[in-house]
Amino acid sequence: MTGHRGAALLRGVSAVGLALGLPVVLFALWWLASADSTNIFLPPLRRIVEAFGQVWLSDVFVRDVLPSLRRLAIGYAAALVVGVGVGYVIGRWSLIRALTSPILAFFRVLPAPVMIPVLLVAVGIGDATKLIVIALGAVWPILLNTADGVRGVDDVQLETAAAYRLPSWTRHGLILRAATPQVFAGARQALGISLIVMVVSEMLMSTDGLGFTVIRFQRTFAIPQMWSGVLLLGVLGFGLAKIFELIERRALRWHQGATGREESW
Amino acid sequence: MTTASRTPAPARGLAGGPAASRRLLGVVGLLFAAVAYEAVTRAFFSPLHVPPLSAVVPEALHLLTEARFWVATGRTLLAATVGLVIAVAAGIVVGFAIGSVPWLLRVTSSTLDFLRPVPSIVLIPVLVLVLDVGQITVLLVAVSCFWIVLFQVLYGLRDVDQVAVDTARSIRLGRLARIVHVTWPTVLPYLGTALRLIVSVALALAITGGLVMGAAGLGELIWSSQESGEFTGMYALVLLTGGVGITLDLAARLAERRLLHWHVATRREVAAG
Repeated sequence: MTGHRGAALLRGVSAVGLALGLPVVLFALWWLASADSTNIFLPPLRRIVEAFGQVWLSDVFVRDVLPSLRRLAIGYAAALVVGVGVGYVIGRWSLIRALTSPILAFFRVLPAPVMIPVLLVAVGIGDATKLIVIALGAVWPILLNTADGVRGVDDVQLETAAAYRLPSWTRHGLILRAATPQVFAGARQALGISLIVMVVSEMLMSTDGLGFTVIRFQRTFAIPQMWSGVLLLGVLGFGLAKIFELIERRALRWHQGATGREESW
Repeated sequence: MTTASRTPAPARGLAGGPAASRRLLGVVGLLFAAVAYEAVTRAFFSPLHVPPLSAVVPEALHLLTEARFWVATGRTLLAATVGLVIAVAAGIVVGFAIGSVPWLLRVTSSTLDFLRPVPSIVLIPVLVLVLDVGQITVLLVAVSCFWIVLFQVLYGLRDVDQVAVDTARSIRLGRLARIVHVTWPTVLPYLGTALRLIVSVALALAITGGLVMGAAGLGELIWSSQESGEFTGMYALVLLTGGVGITLDLAARLAERRLLHWHVATRREVAAG
């Protein structure tokens, strides 16, 4: 009775302990080891944390962090729409797949940051360039994974849908739904890429944004502030990945149930 | 997820037919794209900013005869390769160390989970203060690829057949022999997948290092031609960079196939193709 509940509680506590244990230890080690640091490049963690509060919890958040996030969101959303749409068409019709496969092979291996100077010249230095670069970097994994997923849909399911004479829109919906695990795999990869491209594009051509601000701190030797920016980028990467994981888990609950597979981390 | 399961898709429709017709269609697609690009650039853009393909391709061919292109490519590939080797070695060692000790995996998994999505380029501003740009580029490649290798090794270790382990134990194979005969062959397909993934990641970061920090190589060459206004040269370099990427990708696939020639998925692919 209470023993049962106590055991469950204990398990919960130990799971939290396991999850937090090492990070807390590492953070404490960094704190202690850097406490008396006089090396200007490796400031004490205490000063980095102070700088974090001063820098990012002020109007800098509105001026630099929000524009970055907005660009990331718009670019990524555009990549999702285009990637899933075009990927569906390519995956569904083999003629189009055969026609496009060499071009896709080229863009798949072309590193996304290379497009920054290209678009800088073609479009200019404005916000549009950054949005296009982020979208261009993120679109390929989504597109290719969607195409693969759509192509890999079970033939029996397709034939069943045809035999039941489901209207074609319903059938398209079913195929897309069957492909969602792969779409999510691509979208997860694309999220990491779009964050990287966002930072690189801001480092190379910007007057605001996270990447720009961190580089500016580094050039003006505001080292604790720079470290705080690096930490913020790290937390951002982690936070976005976690949010994505939550959405994915919800959206693919049926899939895990259907296949009996579950990611444990 | 990037698991190693690859079932050949059933042949369907036109492109599922002979490979020759598929290749022909690919060439048609390429030609069509080239014509479309040519038309769009000529119609809507100034040739100074977005040069048509008829200007880019000759420039690219010209670059192929120039030493500076090959030197830059060599440097980029060297940085990518060194970083890659470090990543594979470290990923295998750390992966096996963590993955074969259950409590270690439990203690570290949250930390690994936290560190993996942190983009490695956030290290650039920190590292620029202490290392030279060439070393940083290698380090960026190594860090990014390390995570991919590490997680593939961990996935692979999770996939090891417990019955096989118990069998090996019951015929009194030692720890080392168990790793060689049971664990390693299970992990190898996952490493093959990792190899295919990290080659393009390595190229991307080696080039990013050149773009952002001016580390000598293709990225730096592209950025400097942009800054000096040689836009046709820059487009040609981007085209060639894609070529380098395709070559590397093919090499990685070949290497994977050699590495896994004994594996069921590869044998099936060979039989089908």
